[in-house]
Amino acid sequence: MEKEIIEIRWHGRGGQGAKTAALLFGEAALETGMYIQAFPEYGPERTGAPVSSYNRLSKKPIRIHSGIETPDIVLVLDPTLIGKVDVTAGLKENGVIIVNTKKSPSEMRKMLGVKDTIKVYTVDAYGIALDTIGKAIPNTPMLGSLIKATGILNFDHLLESVRKKLEVKFRGKGADIVDKNIQAIKKAYEETKGEE
Amino acid sequence: MKVVAKTANEAMAEAMRQINPDVVAAYPITPATEIVQIFSSFVHDGLVDTEFIAVESEHSAMSACIGAAAAGARVMTSTSSQGLALMDEVLYIAAALRLPIVICEINRALSAPINIHCDHSDTMNVRDSGWIQIYAEDSQEAYDSVIQAMKIAEEAFLPAMVTADGFILSHAMQRIDMLEDEEVQAFIGEHKSPYNLLDIDNPITIGPLDLQDYFFEHKRQEADAMMKAPKVIKKVADEFGQKFGRKYGLVEEYRLDDADYAIVVMGSTAGTAKDTVDLMREKGHKVGLLRIRVFRPFPAEEILNALKNVKVVGVMDRADGVNAFGGPVFMEVRAALYESEKKPDVYSFVYGLGGRDVKPVDIERVFQMIMEADKGKKIDRLNYIGVRE
Repeated sequence: MEKEIIEIRWHGRGGQGAKTAALLFGEAALETGMYIQAFPEYGPERTGAPVSSYNRLSKKPIRIHSGIETPDIVLVLDPTLIGKVDVTAGLKENGVIIVNTKKSPSEMRKMLGVKDTIKVYTVDAYGIALDTIGKAIPNTPMLGSLIKATGILNFDHLLESVRKKLEVKFRGKGADIVDKNIQAIKKAYEETKGEE
Repeated sequence: MKVVAKTANEAMAEAMRQINPDVVAAYPITPATEIVQIFSSFVHDGLVDTEFIAVESEHSAMSACIGAAAAGARVMTSTSSQGLALMDEVLYIAAALRLPIVICEINRALSAPINIHCDHSDTMNVRDSGWIQIYAEDSQEAYDSVIQAMKIAEEAFLPAMVTADGFILSHAMQRIDMLEDEEVQAFIGEHKSPYNLLDIDNPITIGPLDLQDYFFEHKRQEADAMMKAPKVIKKVADEFGQKFGRKYGLVEEYRLDDADYAIVVMGSTAGTAKDTVDLMREKGHKVGLLRIRVFRPFPAEEILNALKNVKVVGVMDRADGVNAFGGPVFMEVRAALYESEKKPDVYSFVYGLGGRDVKPVDIERVFQMIMEADKGKKIDRLNYIGVRE
């Protein structure tokens, strides 16, 4: 039962869109017929302060409502969180961690000090966001990295789903911003690196 | 029917839109703010015909609801915690005047210390106000129950509140099967008031002084309406189940048939507890769960029947009785079980105050404790779970 549920934890800083990323991903998964949960951790959040958000995905209805303590997948939206926040806490033995950083996966593995069974992926989400969106917003690129690293959803479906959601979100702000976010996701998908 | 991703706040706001009440008077409060905010955007966008009254406090919100309902309108509002507490005085008036108002309530701890997270102290505080109380396990049920509550309130002639756990449900997105607007309208039917203040051909007075001569009779009639409410609630739930496929009752039994040990719980913890029951069943423990969905009117008969064969019961309360015999749900469950032939032992477990997370391991601990009690170990009647002490 519980093992049939995939649990994801997103680490970010207030204002980086960790909650939005979890919601966008949750909705994209829902559209494939899965049951989902997407929820932020509500603490005394402020812009720049460490925040986290979560997803659960399952083929069956999800009944559990407690916090996620042993995620299968962790995403880190800001590299400066490492060492400040225990981003690998509870990460399952065969789990996956994806970090926004210019560092290589093997350098990141050393920094994180995780077991060999855990897969480490890295992507320069800030660089990609600056190139495409023009602002260092890492949340949409990290969606591309999540799909690349895990194959958890069909990539074209994710793009289509996110495009629709962003068109609503950025209603009146022009199609341009939506296109740029989609570009960022595609670029991050291409540039996400794992270990050989 | 369409599948969407919604939080309980969003889902309850959508239910309000589909009900399309005549009047909503509300004052926003965390974590129910979004319900009012989303609904007010529906009003602004012309998606509902509702007169939205932005008031200066929850006391005024409920007072305006009372006025509108007395005038024959279909009325809804939303609040949480301190907001519900501030309504307290007028909640009793709404109930005793027999006004079918519906509150979308989000459970949040009462101050102090100040806290915005979930427990049931807010709705427990008003449990004897004469309102029907329905506690949702998830956002789907919150949505479905709001729609049912409108019909229940109008048929039972009593106000009703539907509650969902703050943040745990109010801010967590999940899959929701939403009904079509026309389906909701057809289900709830047209609002009919047997009397109203604006009916100048049949002038009436509502809320005059009622002294020794008739006050008691009117309170007795209110009690009678509440005693008859379970029938209405079941009828509406059955009709909902037949039309839309999702079945609800006053209580929900989970793997209780051959259970020796049972926990009783309300709200979102029931979902986590069902997973825990499955895990413990896999280990060979004969455990089960009773979820109380409708706490007012109190379903004593259903509880007695569901727990008649168990040996030990642990009642989990997300509110403390402070100086009482135990948690509020515990006290009533234990009182109901006094009439049971086998008289199972019943223990009180207070948990999750102020949003303290409750994990499967915490629920397993409750089961372990009541199983040990059955084997002769002495445990306290009142236990606090998941707290540093």
